[in-house]
Amino acid sequence: MSDTALAPTPAPIRPWKVTPRMVAPQLGLAFGGAVAAMAVVLATGLAGFDGWLVVFVPISIIGTLLLSRSKGAVASVDAIVGNGIVTVAGISFYPIVSLLWTVISQGLDALLNWNFVSSDMRISGPDDELNMGGALHALVGTLMMVSIAAVITLPLGVLTAVYVTEVRGKLRTLVRFIIQSMSGVPSIVAGLFIYSTVVMGMNKFSGLAGGLALAILMLPTVARTAEEVLKLVPDDLRSASYALGAPQWRTTLFVVLPTVRSGIVTSGILGVARIAGETAPLLLTASYFTATTFSPTEGPVASLPMFTFGLLQSGTEYSFARAWACSLLLLLAVFVLFTIARALSGRDKR
Amino acid sequence: MTDVKGHEVTKMVETQEAVAVSSRQKAGLEARGIHAWFDKHHALEDVNLFFPENTVTGLIGPSGCGKSTFLRILNRMHEFIPKAAMAGEVLLHDGDIYDPSVNPAEIRLKIGMVFQKPNPFPAMTIAENVVAGVKLAKLKVASRDEVIEECLTRAGLWKEVKDRLGAKGGSLSGGQQQRLCIARALAVNPEVLLMDEPCSALDPGSTLRIEETIGELSKTMTIIIVTHNMQQAARVSDYCAFFLADGGPGHLVESGLTSQMFTTPTDKRTEDYVQGRFG
Ligand SMILES: Nc1ncnc2c1ncn2[C@@H]1O[C@H](COP(=O)(O)OP(=O)(O)OP(=O)(O)O)[C@@H](O)[C@H]1O
Ligand SMILES: [Mg+2]
Repeated sequence: MSDTALAPTPAPIRPWKVTPRMVAPQLGLAFGGAVAAMAVVLATGLAGFDGWLVVFVPISIIGTLLLSRSKGAVASVDAIVGNGIVTVAGISFYPIVSLLWTVISQGLDALLNWNFVSSDMRISGPDDELNMGGALHALVGTLMMVSIAAVITLPLGVLTAVYVTEVRGKLRTLVRFIIQSMSGVPSIVAGLFIYSTVVMGMNKFSGLAGGLALAILMLPTVARTAEEVLKLVPDDLRSASYALGAPQWRTTLFVVLPTVRSGIVTSGILGVARIAGETAPLLLTASYFTATTFSPTEGPVASLPMFTFGLLQSGTEYSFARAWACSLLLLLAVFVLFTIARALSGRDKR
Repeated sequence: MTDVKGHEVTKMVETQEAVAVSSRQKAGLEARGIHAWFDKHHALEDVNLFFPENTVTGLIGPSGCGKSTFLRILNRMHEFIPKAAMAGEVLLHDGDIYDPSVNPAEIRLKIGMVFQKPNPFPAMTIAENVVAGVKLAKLKVASRDEVIEECLTRAGLWKEVKDRLGAKGGSLSGGQQQRLCIARALAVNPEVLLMDEPCSALDPGSTLRIEETIGELSKTMTIIIVTHNMQQAARVSDYCAFFLADGGPGHLVESGLTSQMFTTPTDKRTEDYVQGRFG
């Protein structure tokens, strides 16, 4: 009858997974089409990327139609639209890849010298050979000032967002308006503001001043993003917590914020991305210094963007190579920071 | 022997017998050797069920025995859960819905679903919610307004909302929202309708309305309904299937004519369950 002599348990499968075998024809078509279009471009009067595209698009449409011809009209439309999206994505990906590639290929030259990350420019000039001097001072300065800005801005930005979405205080319209306007402040104005207050007050350039100027730019990004993220938390969750007798602050701290932890981390990442490459606000606040300094209050501090800016002005072969390496170093530093932040915030469940 | 609707009835228990049944009754849907896993957790084991066309089958069993999981496998919703896996086949018109050449979106259009928790689209009005499926699947309908009125009437909601079709779907009460979701599922005219405890948020009046609707719908579609309410199972279903997990993976204990399952079940556990002695 029932559960006597159960059949042996079959292996779990996932029939919905796309297998390589299923996409192989499409990939083959894309590759074959690309090569064929290349051949046509080389052999005929058509030239350049747009010429290639003019050949590739019809090949890919006709090929897709042939591949999906047995599956009906809906499947054909599906395949063509899918192909179109992949093609457009590929095209829009091209500038990003080419940008990255340029920075990497140009910057690797100088960056591959160990001294580039282990020494500063105290005793070398921008035109010296690449085995002398380095960007340690700029790297340390950038990390210091970005950290100062992040330490100030992350709590402040999240608190602002909590005030606007959770506390819903009387001033929330005003707060939101101010944050909104702050995101429109030109970065040089942020520098000027800190210059006229902190730098004039302390009577010297400093890393602290640079960090404060960056914080002004970072705050609106963090606050706005965190606000949008908090708005996505369903009210059911808040109700559930209130119904357990939790006060509002505990609800926010233990229910709402943990729910959107990875979103809050994203707001921080976007904020750091906003400021890491800023030059203008540092011009009048941290200025530039050739030696590595770890103190945020004792005189000017170098930064990767400012160092790059100076190197480009010298305009020699070696200084250009150094400038590219600086850009690459900045990219790498930001990449490492983001990877760490993502790892700490934990994987998203979805 | 014939059941209330005059279908020729036969006991359906295991595949072999189900095949014997299918020679006489057309299949609305058929599940063969269904297993389900969530990562390593084996949630459902070797379920074979035959759903005759235009009948109502009730799935009953204690909480956590895999009824919802089974239901979601029937219209390819299981795969949305990361790490979920399965085995077996689900036959619609003799074709396996898990065949790689099958477009899952078309399957879900033919096998509709009503969820336990009402989930109207909050940004759409009541009227827009009803025809949402029509719009999303780009179906052609003669008259949008007629579809709206017909589906809302069949779901037992028309009288309450006919004057505020332009209000947002979220502005309704929980029970009204659920009936709106049923109307939405009906609007695309599925061949099979899966319902996961559709009445758990409804008052007795709305429940009765829904049950009448189910009876009405079963003239033209195959309905599979999960319910924890034994009276409801007895009232609406032609066939019943009893699931149980007792420690291991969930499995089918017994299935057959509802009248038989409730009076002379072959398994002691079924008898205990339908009479409310455990679970
Ligand atoms: N998303 C999921 N991830 C992991 N395990 C799950 C998931 N959904 C269900 N399960 C497990 O699968 C088993 C069956 O769950 P299912 O939801 O199908 O039960 P059910 O019979 O519908 O119960 P109920 O009557 O309470 O709705 C349970 O042991 C459950 O813990
Ligand atoms: Mg369930």
